Amino acid sequence: MPSKRNAATSTAGPVPAPSPPTIPSSSASPSNTTITTPSASLSSGPKTLTTNSSVLDIAQTVWQQYLATTPQRTLLLDAFMGFLVLVGGVQFLYCVLAGNYPFNAFLSGFSAAVGQFVLTASLRMQTSSASGSEVASSAGGKTGKGKGAAAAAATSGKETGSGISHERAFADYIFGSLILHFFCINFIN
Amino acid sequence: MAESSLNVLLKGNTGRNTRGLLRIIILGTIAAAAVSSRLFSVIRFESIIHEFDPWFNFRATKYLVQHGFYSFWDWFDDRTWHPLGRVTGGTLYPGLMVTSGVIYHILRFLTIPVDIRNICVLLAPGFSGLTALAMYFLTCEMSTSPSAGLLAAAFMGIVPGYISRSVAGSYDNEAIAIFLLVFTFFLWIKAVKNGSIMWGALTALFYGYMVSAWGGYVFITNLIPLHVFVLLCMGRYSSRIYISYTTWYALGTLASMQIPFVGFLPIRNSDHMSALGIFGLLQLVAFADFVRGFIPGKHFQRLLTTMIIVVFGVALVGLVVLTVSGVIAPWSGRFYSLWDTGYAKIHIPIIASVSEHQPTAWPAFFFDLNFLIWLFPAGVYMCFRDLKDEHVFVIIYSVLASYFAGVMVRLMLTLTPIVCVAAALALSTILDTYVLATPGPNPKAKVVEDASSEPLRSARKPDVGVTSYLSKMVVTSSVVVYLLLFVAHCTWVTSNAYSSPSVVLASRMPDGSQHIIDDYREAYYWLRQNTPHNAKVMSWWDYGYQIGGMADRPTLVDNNTWNNTHIATVGKAMSSREEVSYPILRQHDVDYVLVVFGGLLGYSGDDINKFLWMVRIAEGIWPDEVKERDFFTARGEYRVDDQATPTMRNSLMYKMSYYNYHTMFQGGQAVDRVRGAKLPAEGPQLSTLEEAFTSENWIIRIYKVKDLDNLNRDHGNAVAFDRGHKRKRATKKKGPRVLRTE
Repeated sequence: MPSKRNAATSTAGPVPAPSPPTIPSSSASPSNTTITTPSASLSSGPKTLTTNSSVLDIAQTVWQQYLATTPQRTLLLDAFMGFLVLVGGVQFLYCVLAGNYPFNAFLSGFSAAVGQFVLTASLRMQTSSASGSEVASSAGGKTGKGKGAAAAAATSGKETGSGISHERAFADYIFGSLILHFFCINFIN
Repeated sequence: MAESSLNVLLKGNTGRNTRGLLRIIILGTIAAAAVSSRLFSVIRFESIIHEFDPWFNFRATKYLVQHGFYSFWDWFDDRTWHPLGRVTGGTLYPGLMVTSGVIYHILRFLTIPVDIRNICVLLAPGFSGLTALAMYFLTCEMSTSPSAGLLAAAFMGIVPGYISRSVAGSYDNEAIAIFLLVFTFFLWIKAVKNGSIMWGALTALFYGYMVSAWGGYVFITNLIPLHVFVLLCMGRYSSRIYISYTTWYALGTLASMQIPFVGFLPIRNSDHMSALGIFGLLQLVAFADFVRGFIPGKHFQRLLTTMIIVVFGVALVGLVVLTVSGVIAPWSGRFYSLWDTGYAKIHIPIIASVSEHQPTAWPAFFFDLNFLIWLFPAGVYMCFRDLKDEHVFVIIYSVLASYFAGVMVRLMLTLTPIVCVAAALALSTILDTYVLATPGPNPKAKVVEDASSEPLRSARKPDVGVTSYLSKMVVTSSVVVYLLLFVAHCTWVTSNAYSSPSVVLASRMPDGSQHIIDDYREAYYWLRQNTPHNAKVMSWWDYGYQIGGMADRPTLVDNNTWNNTHIATVGKAMSSREEVSYPILRQHDVDYVLVVFGGLLGYSGDDINKFLWMVRIAEGIWPDEVKERDFFTARGEYRVDDQATPTMRNSLMYKMSYYNYHTMFQGGQAVDRVRGAKLPAEGPQLSTLEEAFTSENWIIRIYKVKDLDNLNRDHGNAVAFDRGHKRKRATKKKGPRVLRTE
């Protein structure tokens, strides 16, 4: 992996940070790789990566970060989303391989998966105090999430749906899902 | 405006209540004004369905009310498009009929027995009141000023551009669609602002209703993604946008697919692909945004680049493959004609032949929008001043709709709402600046006193500027004058230009009294009374719906125009010689042929003037047998007098129009008043048809198709035999005589 100097200078600035597992293969960048403080794992921005590290490495770092910082309830939502992606993918695969004969059925099944995915993603955005950076900064522990999220929502302003409470978000979610599945059932023939 | 002056007196809680009440009263008044200004047509004429398409909608509504929803849904109509029939339930937008059917049943339930026709007639005015209300909500989202919403509602209530399609009796899809359009946009803005699933889902619901009501839903389908796309390009991605858009798209697409006529279009047709593309793009952006939270910028960029390359590569390949393999339908013709105004004329004469698909003339903008049209750019500029998400929407909408309105007359309708919004924004800013500037002078005067040592010229400026009573008065009074002029203009336009049912024509007698020309209904009623229930009537497609609705007779083609070939067949029958036409008529079981002829009365919308379209459409299918060139004289003129080309004079349409016309006049004086042409003294002869009915002013002429001749002669011979009975026999008698002398 070439051009180490450059990398060292560019990433030296901010807070030193954690998660060693994805050190680039050659462990070349001099200043950063040695610092490993697991306790500070919740601060944003891992410094273990160099600019020249491969895309795969970056992705792996992201994954580690994600596992470390996401609260459990959100993880549950994410698992559900992953399941929906799987369901949608299987249906799509079936459609490609075995033909789309009951096209209505395929469409409604597929769009039920997609729609539910999208709705869940929306719910996740509303409840997990917006994007991941916010999560990383605010969600220290699993408890007190609601208040933390509300506070984050109030402060961040633009990122979240301007102060939508979790109950409201969940009610909206159910409302949307009901409509979605009504249409799907109506469309399935 | 009214409550803002009371503002000083009524402050605090009571003040708010009073203002709220005033606002409700004002909105109610606006709605009442909107409804009542659309009743001109009922007052001038009667409670009757207008024009062409509304007759079909009316007929379908009657069917729905009589037979119930399910049989309406499965309705196969064998009384139109005669040999083919039409799967009506699957080829219409049912929103309008279902709406009035529901209203009908609700009223029946409340034991108010109202004729379904009156519901249909008054549906459009009723919904225009709702449109004004929706407009109020939409504009209130755009502006903090309370006057903007009320102004917009008032504009929307009476602007002629909208009235043109929503007078009482104009029972067309647009009647409810514009309300749905405005309300969907309101909900969308609300969804973007709040970022809540509920508003997004409501948007989708109303979008679904809109899809069920009007083909113009494609406008929404493309406008909302464009809005989102522009916001993304401006770097304004937020979870609010993701939530509202994806909710709308997922639910709205499913909702739109419930309509049989739309069916799989949202995933097949290219018109809808932008929405799908933005949906995918938004997923990626959201994911990227999500990932960005975990890693610093540099890495993120690399990751993003890789992602973008991969995804776009896959998407492009997929799109190409799908388009080539024909899974995704190519862009529809109407769409092309939006971009290239010449396209329709060359490729699809049937689209170009509709008058409301013609490009808009410039005066039409002023005619339809009056002073709003020059407030419109100012309002758009106001949106640029504080460029929030909803203002971006206004800007995009106005740019797109202005373009489309310039391309097609019909799309003026989609421009009107945004013009009202923008104009109201501009006007309310003017009014707020001038009227509400009252407290302004005091602090500034204090400043003047405090800083009296300062050079007075600059400090005194406020006194002679905006806040002085003179400028206030001038501006407010001129605005009031403009508003009054606007109201006067709208009333005038509505009562004079847009209230004619076009089924019943009105003319002025020399003494100023009104004379009603009722030829259409006379003729349709004749058909209803004097022909068998299953007599097939052939006419140009414009009159298909009216014949179906008023005369209740099967037709060959109608305004649905779903089968171009069939229309071309009728065009060919009309534009060919009798010998060619007769077999066509026989093959299609035609019993009667109906033509509209305005020559006697000077009614310019008649069939001879539409004739060239028939020729063109027929030529599109049979280029060898029908040629447009043959209908023009050597000098390229379209003539009907004695210099008309032989093809023209032998065409069935020409013969039917002018058959026996010369007998109305003293010898050789026959004049066609529409085309200002003197007709030949000898009228055309018809052999395969016989005149069955001609209305009072000759506007409608109905011909009966003769049966095959009893003696197996062709009709030309038979007629010649009848007419020249003696002469022929004389020659025959001469023969033997000659023989005998020999």
